[in-house]
Amino acid sequence: MAANLIGRQTIAFNGLPRLVSAYTIVGRLEGQGPYRDFFHEILDDDLVGQKTPEKAERHILEKAVNEALRHKGLAPQDIQFYISGDLLNQVISAVFSARSLGIPFLGIFSACATFAQGLGLGSALLQGGFADRVVVATSSHYQTAERQYRYPVELNIQHRPTNQHTVTGAGACVLSLEGEGPKITHATFGKVVDMGLKDPNDMGSAMAPAVFAALEQHLQDTGRGPDYYDLILTGDLGRQGLKMLRILAERTGLSLDSRLQDGGALIYGGNPKTGAGASGAACSAVMALGFVNAQLQAGKLHKVLLVGSGALLNQLTVQQGDSIPTVAHAVAIEA
Amino acid sequence: MSYVIAFLTGGLICAAAQLILEYTKLTPAHVLVGLTIAGAVLGGIGWYEPFLKFAGAGALVPVSGFGSSIARGMLSEIKRLGWEGLFTGAFEITGLGLAAAVVFGSLMAVASRPRD
Repeated sequence: MAANLIGRQTIAFNGLPRLVSAYTIVGRLEGQGPYRDFFHEILDDDLVGQKTPEKAERHILEKAVNEALRHKGLAPQDIQFYISGDLLNQVISAVFSARSLGIPFLGIFSACATFAQGLGLGSALLQGGFADRVVVATSSHYQTAERQYRYPVELNIQHRPTNQHTVTGAGACVLSLEGEGPKITHATFGKVVDMGLKDPNDMGSAMAPAVFAALEQHLQDTGRGPDYYDLILTGDLGRQGLKMLRILAERTGLSLDSRLQDGGALIYGGNPKTGAGASGAACSAVMALGFVNAQLQAGKLHKVLLVGSGALLNQLTVQQGDSIPTVAHAVAIEA
Repeated sequence: MSYVIAFLTGGLICAAAQLILEYTKLTPAHVLVGLTIAGAVLGGIGWYEPFLKFAGAGALVPVSGFGSSIARGMLSEIKRLGWEGLFTGAFEITGLGLAAAVVFGSLMAVASRPRD
């Protein structure tokens, strides 16, 4: 068995890759939420002076990476790999950001679980001795996601209470084996789960079983109980998906209580405009790199399990009546 | 009084459509097309006309009124041209509204910017 593989799906990073630098940017609406003080930058214009929201998204992604580098006095040539993804077709925002950054690029897609997947893969590259520093970044934008997955915002289609509002924002971090910062200790990569749910207006319910499977597998592989962690932050189930996850947990006797929180349910603080909460590749990135990172550094949290969850649907599969495949990846971070 | 009737009937049609959106899995597109077809069918068999006389704008402004106008234009063109009316008639009455929607929609898109 591989030296760093524990259990069936979990890899352990005994080299302890650290999250040495982070930068988060969020849009106007996220900047009005209860977590606004944890984000590094809040946009007052969601288009940041760009002509289209697509251009705006790649602009903030690039900016988040550049700022994360600048904070540590690093240049793009100090980074061996740039792991990045977003929600748009062909992860196009990540591609355009990589074009100007000029760092060897690994584009990834797991919808809202992209950030957790990137953290796991980046840590594996460091642990394996393949790199000194990697950058992991994700972005999403409400207007670009609406246009691609649903309707352009200009149509002003009504949202349902189970709809999730895509976060406008970007999060970027530098991972390195050297330096100061929270340590990434384990990653559990999940299987694709599809329970046959078909409603694209309720992705939270569709994703809950994948999150539960990844969480259960992580605990089993590491031999830990949920009480090992101060916070289990899923992202992004929204309030609806979180409710489903709690039901699943209760049925199997797993006690998660208030230790379990969801980034999507938290970030807007119940703003009625946002349905069941947030989603988007940027959501778990800004919650992890803004909120969790700050709490770990301040000593208010010590052990956090980040469980990214992605609804891997596209507009075509929805129109053709397919059900929604989902995936979840868990990453353990300690102060 | 005609204002009150128009308000109430138009409101009832829209409320019914809203209930469909709230309590079924149908999308806004389904409801839009469904109402248009319903209006066209009712217009075609001559039931929408008396409703229009009673409710005025309340029956004309919702998209079912648009559907009935399609049927009405088609019927009059069929009388004038024969079977070719099936192809020329759909936009006979509705052409004005469609062109206005495109023109004013475009103007508004130029003058404004969407946001969250």
